[in-house]
Amino acid sequence: MKTLFVRGPSLLSRLVLALACSFLLIFIDHRLQAMQPVRLFLNSLVTPVQYLAILPEQILSGFSESIKTQDQLSDENQRLKKQLLELQGQLQQFQFITNENKRLRELLGSEQRVPNRRMVAEVIAVASEPFSQQLVINKGTLSGVYEGQAVLDNRGIIGQVQDVGSNTARVLLISDQSHAIPLRSERSDIRVLAQGTGEIGRLQLMFVPHSTGLKEGDLLVSSGLGGVYPEGYPVARIRSIVRDESLPFAQVQADPISALDRVRNVLLLWRSDDQQQPIYEDQPDA
Amino acid sequence: MLKHGTFTLILTYLVALVLMVMPMPAAFDTFRPDWVTLVLLYWVLAIPHRVNMGTALILGVLSDILLGSVLGVHALGMVVVTYFVARHFQRFRNFSLPQQAILVAFLILLKRMIVFQANVFIHDAEFTASYFWPAFTSAVFWLWLFPLLRKIRRHFKVA
Repeated sequence: MKTLFVRGPSLLSRLVLALACSFLLIFIDHRLQAMQPVRLFLNSLVTPVQYLAILPEQILSGFSESIKTQDQLSDENQRLKKQLLELQGQLQQFQFITNENKRLRELLGSEQRVPNRRMVAEVIAVASEPFSQQLVINKGTLSGVYEGQAVLDNRGIIGQVQDVGSNTARVLLISDQSHAIPLRSERSDIRVLAQGTGEIGRLQLMFVPHSTGLKEGDLLVSSGLGGVYPEGYPVARIRSIVRDESLPFAQVQADPISALDRVRNVLLLWRSDDQQQPIYEDQPDA
Repeated sequence: MLKHGTFTLILTYLVALVLMVMPMPAAFDTFRPDWVTLVLLYWVLAIPHRVNMGTALILGVLSDILLGSVLGVHALGMVVVTYFVARHFQRFRNFSLPQQAILVAFLILLKRMIVFQANVFIHDAEFTASYFWPAFTSAVFWLWLFPLLRKIRRHFKVA
């Protein structure tokens, strides 16, 4: 039998060295935040693993797509056509209101609003650790995705881009314990700060005075104040307000508008004043 | 120059990493065995002169990047459990398979406690009991994984 470590350092010194490496990594990555280039490289390196992991699911869904009956397809087609019609109707109204808004803003002499640019991305993985609520999407630096970018789904804001690889990006969800988002009540314009609780589907509003004018059921939209998220997108709805006078602030819980645990497709937003701009594969869809 | 069997080793690590991030229904997700640690523990037990701290560190960092945690957190946990197995591999090999499985459960538990504690230091993570359930499923899967990997090791003559 081979003896253990005939050459090289002893097991204990290897342990000390490896522990030192781990602590150093944690320190550099967390405290100094200096690992971004390394993270970019490593993210690109592990991309094949992520794509391999979703391969069975993709094959299965492709298979189930191919055995759909004609009836099902025509039903779906009908439904989508109807939906498209409704949305187009709403869009006409939207155009009209946008133009009106532009004219009014000109009259008031305030700054023009410029439309955001968008790109659709697909969710390829969810982090399975309870300490971090994250998604991985299939667009990266090659598509112009950048760190701190706002990510939406069809109902509202879901989070921001935390790390980017060349073909993937990691999205930190608004329900993550380390994430907070500035919001505004749509009804009363009260500004609040919503922090994630680590539990999907629950946000906590911070520093809300007991005398607040917020009500249960109020819609909270992004206020655009932090500079990360664009203004006016729906984020959460207030579920409960507990006014316990023994605590310094009212305990306000809110439910995110989007079902964060069921997101499949997301929308990436680029503001027109961003340095990075989307790079589309074929032709722009926005 | 690659030593004999390096390719096999890398392939088993790759499969473990893929299984770690493969999307699963939420009901199974909480019980997902700790594949990477299981495979790592097997190789440390089988060929400790070849697979030890360095491999643990690399697999830990890859897990960190795949799971999106702060770099070094999983590496820390894996390095510590690897040390225990590499230190006592001869004793460990003499245990029966069920006894090994119980030890594996404790090692995975230890690794998860280290990862959890690191997360508490980093950003005040809240305790979630479900994070520790995979220790038991990992032990159950050890009963199947150990013979499988032994067969692979003998077939491809990894030494």
